[in-house]
Amino acid sequence: MDLKGRKVIALGERDGVQGSALAECAASAGAEVVLEMTHCFV
Amino acid sequence: MLLGTPTAESSRLYALTVTEGDPAWAGALAGTRLGLPVFHVTEDDVRAQVAPDLYEKHVGLMEFAQELDEIRRTVRDVREKCAGANDR
Repeated sequence: MDLKGRKVIALGERDGVQGSALAECAASAGAEVVLEMTHCFV
Repeated sequence: MLLGTPTAESSRLYALTVTEGDPAWAGALAGTRLGLPVFHVTEDDVRAQVAPDLYEKHVGLMEFAQELDEIRRTVRDVREKCAGANDR
């Protein structure tokens, strides 16, 4: 799976990797982040 | 869909919700099959494409998670099962 040029939804979790951090990572791979959010799974 | 979930259980729930629909039938996506390709940020295929300094900064600590192999396997299984269903 090539992230470059793909639209990505970054779904982070409070106790894992935050959505904003995922978005940065995806963008560094050339992806277009269309939505980022951080949830809390309980 | 790129996940940053810290446990296999939460990974499975999130992955199923964006592929087959909410397995708990508790949310808006209950019964809604989105069929999105879902990946976890720690999967080798994803990690290899992310800038190493950013990966280390944001995801590095997750590499020590006890369930990491199970997380990766869980997300991959859901993705492959969904891809198989889409082919039918």
